Formats: sequence, C-alpha cells, structure tokens
Amino acid sequence: MNYEELIKHTALADERIVVMTAENRALIRNLPAVLGPRFIDTGITEQTLIGAAAGLALRGRVPILHALATFLTLRAFEFIRTDVGIGQLPVKLSGFVPGFLSDGNGPTHQAIEDVSLMRGIPGMTVFAPADEQDMLAMLPAIWASPQPAYVRVNTRPANYEHAPFELGKAEIVAEGTDITILTYGMLFEQTLVARELLQAQGKSVGLINLRSLKPIDEAALLEVVRRGSLIVTVEDHFVTGGLYSILAEVLLRNQLTARVLPLALEERWYRPGRLSAVLEYEGFTGHHIARRISEYLGESGAAIAEGPAVLENQFAE
Amino acid sequence: MLPEQQQKLQQLALRVREHIVRLSTDGGCFTGASLSCADLLVYLYADCLNVRPDNLTDPSRDYLFLSKGHDVPALYGTFVELGFMDKARLDQHLSTDDHIYWHPNRNVPGVEFHSGSLGHLPSVALGVAMDCKMRGQDNKVIVITGDGELNEGTVWESLLVASAHKINNLTLVVDRNHFQANVATEDLIPLEPMAPKFEAFGCEVRRIDGHDFAQLEEAFSALPFSDTKPSVIICDTVRGRGLPSIEARADRWFCNFSSEEVQELLRELHSQEATTLTSETLTVR
Repeated sequence: MNYEELIKHTALADERIVVMTAENRALIRNLPAVLGPRFIDTGITEQTLIGAAAGLALRGRVPILHALATFLTLRAFEFIRTDVGIGQLPVKLSGFVPGFLSDGNGPTHQAIEDVSLMRGIPGMTVFAPADEQDMLAMLPAIWASPQPAYVRVNTRPANYEHAPFELGKAEIVAEGTDITILTYGMLFEQTLVARELLQAQGKSVGLINLRSLKPIDEAALLEVVRRGSLIVTVEDHFVTGGLYSILAEVLLRNQLTARVLPLALEERWYRPGRLSAVLEYEGFTGHHIARRISEYLGESGAAIAEGPAVLENQFAE
Repeated sequence: MLPEQQQKLQQLALRVREHIVRLSTDGGCFTGASLSCADLLVYLYADCLNVRPDNLTDPSRDYLFLSKGHDVPALYGTFVELGFMDKARLDQHLSTDDHIYWHPNRNVPGVEFHSGSLGHLPSVALGVAMDCKMRGQDNKVIVITGDGELNEGTVWESLLVASAHKINNLTLVVDRNHFQANVATEDLIPLEPMAPKFEAFGCEVRRIDGHDFAQLEEAFSALPFSDTKPSVIICDTVRGRGLPSIEARADRWFCNFSSEEVQELLRELHSQEATTLTSETLTVR
C-alpha cells in the first residue's frame, strides 16, 4: 500500500471523497483514470483550488487537496483561513515536499513556516508523519475526522516499525533520563541515529515522534518535563511558531519551565541542494544532531563518529 | 414581463431600499454599494431562483453567492421582505447579540457562504457548480461580484478553471456600478471594454441595465447561455440608485447618516427630490 493506493481505496469506498490538485500529480498520477470526475485538476491555481474545495465541501464532499506545501500554505493562506477556516469545512490539505524535502528547489519552495501558519487557524489540525508507513497509519483517521487538516506529506521509506495512530497522540519511541528529543516529520530518521550515538556515549536518551502538532499531545510533553531531562526540539521549520514555540506555550500554560535546546532554522532559509547535502550543511544529520547536543551539554562532540546521512531524493517537482 | 409583475418588483425594491437607508445610521453600512444591486437581488429572489425559506437545505435549490459581501443590507432587506428573515433582526445591526454586521455570514439562513474578502466566492461557487454537475443536477449557481472586485486575480483564475472544465451551470453577475471603494473604476484600474475580457476567458456574456426588471428577466431566463461555457451577465447599475442626493458619488460608498438625515432620505426615496446631506461619510473601510 502506498499513498495513491490508500486514496484510491478510501475514495472508492466513500463517495464523498474528491481528489483535487493544483497540477501536482507526482503521487497521484493514476487516480484520474480511477476516479473520473472525482479527480479535479484546477491547474496552477492554489487559491481557486481551495475556494472550489470549500464549495465542494458545502455540498457534502470531503476534498483531499494536493499542492506543493509552500504554495498551498503561503499563496493560498487567506483562502484556507477564510473559506476553510471560517467555514469549518472538512477540507484535507496534503502539502508536498514540506521542510527539507524540497531539497534543491531553493527558498521559493521551502515550506518552513507552514506549521506555524496552519496551526494559527481556528479549528485546523496539523500533522507531520515521520515516513510513509507513519503517514499511511495516520491518514485514515485524519480524513475521517470532520475537521479541516493539513498534512506534511512524507513518502520516505520507514526504518522504524510505528505504533498505531491515535488522533492527537504522540508516539513515544523511547524514554530517557538525560536527554529527550522531540521531533516530527522527515527528521525522525535522523533523530533515531542521533539517539543511538548518544546512547553509545552512555546517555539515557528519550525520543518522541510528535505526529500531530495540533492537537498537541500535552500530556506526553508534560511527562517529559516532569522527568527533568534536557529537552531538544528538532524540526525542519523556522524556530518561530513550530515545535519549540508549541513547547514554550505548553510550559507557560502550566507555569513550568525547562532546559530546552531548539534545533531549527533561525531567521534564514536553508541552503538548497541534494537532501543529504542540505542536512550536512545545515547540521541536521543524525551525527550533527548528536554532536550539537553533546556540545550544548559542554562535552566535546569529537567522540561522535563521523558518517554521512543515508538519504536520497524521493521525487522532484 | 407583465406590467403588474414589474410594479410588484418595483414596490419590493423600494421597501428593500428603505431597509438599506435605515441601516445607514448608528454605525452605518455600505449604502451606495447596496443600493446599486437592490433591484438585481429582488429580481433573483422574488422572481427567478428556486430558493425559498422552505428549501434552504434542499440540494436541488438554486444557489446565490454574494461575493461583494459589503452590499449585505440589500440582501438582508430582500430576505426580510420575502420571509427568509425576521425583520426584528435588522434592529440588531452591529449588536453583538446577533450576527447582523457589515458582511454576510451563515448565521442568517439563506446566506450560502460568508464573504467580505473580495475575489473568494467565484471559486467557492465554482466548487458548488462542479458538484451539481457531477451529480447530474441542473440547479443554477449564481455568484455576484462588484466591478472593483474584478481587480482581484482570483475572479479571473476561477473563470479560467470554470471554462476549462466546461462548468456552464455557473453564472457570474457583475454589479457594474462604476465605482470601487473611493474612486471611479475607470480612474483607477480601467475595466472597459469589459465584455471582451470575459469572452476571452471563455465565457458567454450579456450586458444589460441592472435596474430594468424586463431586461433582467430576459437575460436570466436565457441561462445557461451555452452548453459548454460559464455565463456572465454584466449589470450596468448606478451606485446609490434611488437616492438622487447620493447617486454616483465616490464618497457615498460607506455612509453613516444622522437620524434626521435618514428621515430625509426616506422621503427622498419616495419623492425622488434630492435632499442636502452634511454627514461626513467614511470612505475608507
């Protein structure tokens, strides 16, 4: 089962589903033949895509929309906020190549404020699967919900056996007493590597795959804070408005504080290139993450073994 | 159109204009923009569309989307006169006890979708029209835009898509009152020649006098104009129509009159003799 097959099965079983795209067909090339008029390509028109989806939802449809994450959430932002948000319509947004996944495209294509923007819309839910298997586990519940949703599409192959998904629940991969890494989306596989390396240094390292950024699993975050370890937020997003901000909001709401190291993009877009080169350059490979955490703890990162990130481009647009 | 029917619609439109004038005080409203489309809305709801207070959730009803949402006093006035809405709700204008404010919203039965941000409802109406077509229903889907609203690229984007998908059950109606917020359209972003622009975007176009009920009937009863193209009806109208003292004035878009002036204007509506207004009106909203 892949993304396209999941949509196909869902749409064939549920007549309310319509699949729409602003001419981004990389993952859904075979659906026009299967869905006929329930596949609607509006061309390169993100705003009209959203407005038309709102109209279809008014008629009882559940539209699943596809566009590049950056154009979907930025160019069409006011349409999402005004038509889908104020309307509280069950429109499901699938954003392609979010965060580092736009690799060589350059800053025009970098959706690294999408979580911040989408979670600011009342009623909107926001999800970031760690890999394809995680995404396939998450999507049925997201599409079945009556709420609007934004999903950071991630089709990278899984190197981890994920737990079943529950809306609003994080996946607790490991608990640790020295360090806890919080992450979401494609950096999950790098944090798995980072955890291994830090564990090898004798640290007790926890790891949480957030999966859902809104609603946020507040209980899971508070449990980490209660444990008193260093918390590291790892995200391919601007530091403003993403996971680090979400954690800060949770802490303040509960009149708590914590020692937190944010690994995110600050006040600049990232250097474009092959995905593995981007992660190297920006310091987000598993090895970089482990070294940055060690150095933050006042220890030499030199003991962290060198090694390349094992990453290849998934698809280009 | 029979003379008695025309007279009935004129009487209805006059009462709608009274509602608009009464809403133009104590906080005010977009008076000029509402008066220009009062005849259009009265015709559509009273004489054309299959939408009534008792079929507002019927999927086979006709749909009207008001994309130029600031003319909502004309819509609510029409709703009151045709029994969609209790007249007492108009007394709640700008009160936080109700939802009667400067733009339409779905807390008022009969409003198909909220608007206010220009250039949105052509695409929403497109989605509704696509679904009607997908289900083999032949209901009309009408979206009314302002002429200033045609500055927004999404109006044209929606028509490109509608035309590509042969959505001929969609009709875009332009309330061509020749003014945008603060200035005449032709002095800012000229829109003429207008019909060829829509034709170039793949639409079948008619242009009529938007205050003439016979012309409205002739155009709307000919819908759809094409088996393959979306329809466009350009309604030439006058901003502030019905009140000579404010007609076709750039500074009578948003009006907040004193209660004495409202009384004067109500007299003017019936006599057509211009009154003198001194209120400062807000031209930037």
